[in-house]
Amino acid sequence: MSQIRTISYDAVIVGAGGAGLRAALQLAKAGQKTALLSKVFPTRSHTVSAQGGITCAIASSDPNDDWRWHMYDTVKGSDYIGDQDAIEYMCSVGPEAVFELEHMGLPFSRTEEGRIYQRPFGGQSKNYGEGGQAARTCAAADRTGHALLHTLYQQNIKYNTEVFSEWCALDLIRNQDGDVTGLLAMSIETGEIVHFKSKAVVLATGGAGRIYASTTNALINTGDGIGMAIRAGLVAQDMEMWQFHPTGIAGAGTLVTEGCRGEGGYLINKDGERFMERYAPNAKDLAGRDVVARSMMIEILEGRGCGPDGDHVFLKLDHLGEEVLHKRLPGICELSKTFAHVDPVKQPVPVVPTCHYMMGGVPTNIHGQVITQSEAGVDKLINGLFAVGEVACVSVHGANRLGGNSLLDLVVFGRAAGLYIEQSFKDGLEQRNATQDDIDQAAVRLNRWNDSTKGEAVDALKIELQQSMQKAFGVFRKGDLMEQGVEKLVELRERIGSAHLTDKSKVFNTARVEALELENLLEVAEATAISALKREESRGAHSRYDFPDRNDEEWLYHSIYDPSTKTLRKRDVNFKPKTVDTFEPTVRSY
Amino acid sequence: MLNVKVYRYNPEDHREPYMRDYQVNTQGKDLMVLDVLNLIKQQDPTLVFRRSCREGVCGSDGMNINGRNGLGCITPVSDVVSEGETLVVRPLMGLPIIRDLVVDMTQFYTQYEKIKPFLINDQPAPAIERLQSPEDRDKLDGLYECILCACCSTACPSFWWNPDKFVGPAGLLQAYRFLADSRDNAQAERLADLQDPFSVFRCHGIMNCVSVCPKGLNPTKAIGHIRNLLLSAAC
Repeated sequence: MSQIRTISYDAVIVGAGGAGLRAALQLAKAGQKTALLSKVFPTRSHTVSAQGGITCAIASSDPNDDWRWHMYDTVKGSDYIGDQDAIEYMCSVGPEAVFELEHMGLPFSRTEEGRIYQRPFGGQSKNYGEGGQAARTCAAADRTGHALLHTLYQQNIKYNTEVFSEWCALDLIRNQDGDVTGLLAMSIETGEIVHFKSKAVVLATGGAGRIYASTTNALINTGDGIGMAIRAGLVAQDMEMWQFHPTGIAGAGTLVTEGCRGEGGYLINKDGERFMERYAPNAKDLAGRDVVARSMMIEILEGRGCGPDGDHVFLKLDHLGEEVLHKRLPGICELSKTFAHVDPVKQPVPVVPTCHYMMGGVPTNIHGQVITQSEAGVDKLINGLFAVGEVACVSVHGANRLGGNSLLDLVVFGRAAGLYIEQSFKDGLEQRNATQDDIDQAAVRLNRWNDSTKGEAVDALKIELQQSMQKAFGVFRKGDLMEQGVEKLVELRERIGSAHLTDKSKVFNTARVEALELENLLEVAEATAISALKREESRGAHSRYDFPDRNDEEWLYHSIYDPSTKTLRKRDVNFKPKTVDTFEPTVRSY
Repeated sequence: MLNVKVYRYNPEDHREPYMRDYQVNTQGKDLMVLDVLNLIKQQDPTLVFRRSCREGVCGSDGMNINGRNGLGCITPVSDVVSEGETLVVRPLMGLPIIRDLVVDMTQFYTQYEKIKPFLINDQPAPAIERLQSPEDRDKLDGLYECILCACCSTACPSFWWNPDKFVGPAGLLQAYRFLADSRDNAQAERLADLQDPFSVFRCHGIMNCVSVCPKGLNPTKAIGHIRNLLLSAAC
């Protein structure tokens, strides 16, 4: 491996979705030598699929809106294991970050006054839950993610960010002091391996919904950052917390936005009953996503599902009228016709809870600095490594993310990491060094695939993993099924470790990329499985038949999955916001 | 069983491209073309194509399907072939082939970058958003939704002929997206950049771009608006 090329940068950002592009923009504007690596061309990143909007108290819909109300909703939505210092930061800095996006040219929909259009979204309230439903989600029709991603990419063109498009990150390089000094990456087009040496590496690799058989996530969402962090010996936080979005199109898995319900759509069962009125008398269809997803599953499991197999419910939109649907939800009309063969103007859309978002991830502070935890439970920052966006667990979403908070998370913390790194360079941050052995370590798994001569095929193993996760770690969970799921992953680890890459060619070899992705999926799956099995309570998106209640005495904590021992520890949740009083945990109802 | 012919070329192994036949068991379902390619990749992992969102918004899988450009992920097989006919999949035309269905998009992206695809406004930004009336915002509909899949530009004979000089329908659609934005104040500069005989005026109104756009956008109309702006600027 000694002949590989080394390129040095001030900062290397891995992933060019909303968070990666926002971090890169900050650094490019500051004149830092920045490389932005992405396994797809930036505008193919999964941020593009976000629909409904970006939630933020910009006081357009309601001039009296207050970021503290947004903070209250987010803390409550998180089922109280979101870090209150981080949520405070996100909600208070949010308006500035959103106005910046508008100044960059993001084509937000508008109100009659010419301000940014905001729509109601789930879990949003006025006056700390006392003032009814808030309309706080800033939208560009139902294509907000597309508009945001393209706008950020366009700004990176303006500021000449150096983009390594279609480069696949292999592994982080950690030296003997435990610092991250760079990474190895492969050009997908040529197969060349390059050592990116960098003072700061930012993981912005997004989510990993592809650990499940049914997901709204893009095919590229394979948890590459989590895989790299875990293989580098770092811990992962709250990995049992997976959001199942209430409205994935049944069968296809494609998302239809919560904005449909924000605009007045609602869910019905086979009897035509608006069943959310029973489960959440106040917020109804706009309760937290975990609450709505569970209610739908109960309807289906109790025999009130729709369709010949009773395996979904309907999202009713026709009463909104053609004009509203075409103006506010044009993308949904398109997707429904393509994937459900229904026109929402006339017919309801068949929907089912579908894996959507990873609340957990690599733990960080509000600057994006990656934290690991010693076996004794002491936090330690990793020099040279940052994480932002879905791969990170900062943690603003806790056990359940509110709709519209993901895009906000991306831009606020992508920006925050950029600002912090920019300042570190000013303060004289130096490049740390690694030995050749440290570097070679990052190529071990690639070499294993390249040297493989026999073994099982990647694709079949991936399908087995996804089906097993779907079965044991879905909306409702049970100890014995999860134990089987964990055992299955032990077996899969062995089989994946001796699987075979048949195509050894260099040029645009996507089979090799998929093999590398499979290993990342495995790490995410195992972290998820062990965390879910060990958290013996129900909280937010983690709902267990055998432990149906929230247990604050024992579990008002983050879970920390330690890959070296495959065990779960606890980590304190932050209850100390700087400028407001703590939001104390109470019973969470909508 | 569905018969499929796929364009294959790997510069490491093949002296020239060829069409390879596959048989795919669709289990009686009307799959999307991308699903069919994924099934082929299970049989033959060496087949290479780009894909990401699989729902028509990321623009990765533009390809030529039975002679017509489209996105594999939102093109049902039944839209392009009848019972018993062969599905024929080729890469987008007019761009260099890297391997199989993967084309080198550099020229396409270069044309996009050339039109300065970002808002230019040198006035100091207000403390809140810049205001824009709903009517002004409506002018961006049909423009900003472009996903850069390149289906239009690679269906355009003018772009095939002058890919280095003619901006092409995708780039021009975005050029007009910024010309039409009430918040942008670089209209004169933008028009000056497009004034040469090639950038805009190589469009001959063939309208292949309109007929293939998977998002239902109309680059020809946008190009018409740019022509009008250029002409009135010249008067």
